[in-house]
Amino acid sequence: MTDVALKTAVIVPAEVRPVSGRFRQFARQFARNRSGMVGLVIVVVVTLLAIFAPVVAPFDPYEINRIERLQGPSRTHPMGTDDLGRDLFSRIVYGARISMTVGLVSVLIATVIGAPAGIIAGYFGRWIDTLIMRVADIIFAFPAILLALAITAFLGPSLRNVTLSLGIVYAPGFARIVRGPILAAKHEEYVEASRVIGAKTGRILVRHLLPNVLSPLLVTATVTFSFALLAEAGLSFLGLGAQPPEASWGVMLSSGRRFMETVPSLAIFPGLAIMVTVLGSNLLGDGLRDVLDPRLRR
Amino acid sequence: MMIPTLLGVSIIVFLFIRLIPGDIVQILSGTQGEMTPERHAVLRHNLGLDRPLMVQYADWLSGVVRGDLGNSLKTHRPIRADLLSRLPVTVELTIGSAIIGLAIGIPAGIIAALKRGTRTEFVAQGAGLIGLSVPDFWLGTLFLLVASRYFGWYPGARYVSIFDNPAENLAIFILPCLAVGIGLSASLMRITRSSLLDVMGSGYIVTARAKGLRPGALLFGHALKNALVPIVTIIGLQLGYLLGGVVIVETVFNLPGVGRFVIDAISARDYPIVQASVLMITFIVLMVSLLVDLLYAYIDPRIKYGQGGE
Repeated sequence: MTDVALKTAVIVPAEVRPVSGRFRQFARQFARNRSGMVGLVIVVVVTLLAIFAPVVAPFDPYEINRIERLQGPSRTHPMGTDDLGRDLFSRIVYGARISMTVGLVSVLIATVIGAPAGIIAGYFGRWIDTLIMRVADIIFAFPAILLALAITAFLGPSLRNVTLSLGIVYAPGFARIVRGPILAAKHEEYVEASRVIGAKTGRILVRHLLPNVLSPLLVTATVTFSFALLAEAGLSFLGLGAQPPEASWGVMLSSGRRFMETVPSLAIFPGLAIMVTVLGSNLLGDGLRDVLDPRLRR
Repeated sequence: MMIPTLLGVSIIVFLFIRLIPGDIVQILSGTQGEMTPERHAVLRHNLGLDRPLMVQYADWLSGVVRGDLGNSLKTHRPIRADLLSRLPVTVELTIGSAIIGLAIGIPAGIIAALKRGTRTEFVAQGAGLIGLSVPDFWLGTLFLLVASRYFGWYPGARYVSIFDNPAENLAIFILPCLAVGIGLSASLMRITRSSLLDVMGSGYIVTARAKGLRPGALLFGHALKNALVPIVTIIGLQLGYLLGGVVIVETVFNLPGVGRFVIDAISARDYPIVQASVLMITFIVLMVSLLVDLLYAYIDPRIKYGQGGE
């Protein structure tokens, strides 16, 4: 009886309740963070637009209609039409797909490369740490957008290469952010205890050390997502990312510039779409940081 | 730390050329279409591509150290001369943007910190977030739109050096510098505010205030200097971001700087120019970071280099 009570006392609070309880506490705190919630709403709306673009967009974003070219905003075309008569609103809705995909995939690549590298560097220390962090320092030495631009230029301009290059450029940031908490946690008693009772390295890393880095990882991912959105738009604007007629916000802005004196909406709306999405992601990142890392709260 | 990083940077830049899909011999020799294996082997030998990679790197690096950045594939001119002639434009744009960033960001950050909890702080915070989210190339485009549509002004149609005509030069640079500087001012505002709030809560400020020190003397005599350390860090870290922005904004405003040079070289597939420009910009960024590190010791005398301290 005592045994059962003891087991329940240990197992229930340690493995079941705190996880859901912690999440619920996090959700409650986050819901109280007004700017974080505004950011979340913006990011969710843009994501939904991206997913349901065929339903939301009133026209085919690639359908050329020379009769209706270079029109200002009207009831039929709420954001006007471009130089080929394509509906700008529909193209911006489809553009959300490109931006969100590039942002998400490049952050994923950066996490997959950077986080394990940082965990390994922090946990094993010595020459592995020196080697990994030296490589990270070298990549950090380059201005991020310039390195991404160069990698894309040499690999060949395409959206795939932009995504890949951004993933590579942002990976060291993830390695650095993860290494610190691992360094701090690896000498904690619960890790030592786990090692003493014979837990394998993989188990220690995943079960005991990984939870320490999830919060900083989430915050870094959100911030990096904003950078990636801006970088993709910039590189596509320069002709290195998405290629016409792809409906990327950067491409639209670049081609819209040529006609901006007659139809200013062509230069205004794509930039506005980039700004609102990046703002949403920045607000979300700030909100997450406030909740997950109270030391940084201001 | 600096030398290994520089060597690492040079290795990456050297290896860039290996990323190019397709036949590197044809690309670098500028030949097109089918060629005999003999001709291919001769070209490969002439370009030095038949030697071990390490030897090729050492050869390339010794050239770079002596200031030989190679020749353009298209014009066959030495890249160094072209690059150096474009550097002043990029440097002026970067310095101008930094001045605007500092002139707006630091006072705004101080005001936001001093007016904590008021509507002023809320507005400053909101403006800061928007400033961080605006793409600089879009802001530049909007400036051009407003200037041309509403003022009939077409800035930067022709580049004029600051030494030839300072007023005209200022007219060309003011909008691009604003476009890049506003983003920088947003991050500087945020860091100034949070750093100053940190310092204002510390014991010696409370004591100074309790002794009846005037708010102005408190801020300028005591708080600001300590709050400067993280601000300087951010300025150092932002230089790379600033140069990235400058590269794109040069294209928007058609300024003949290094950024424009790179973009033109990319469209012409003139790879050695891209390689040399990236190397030079990164070298400059590293040098400025070193200067910023040295500046710390001046701002914060507790930091001493080379004496076993931090």
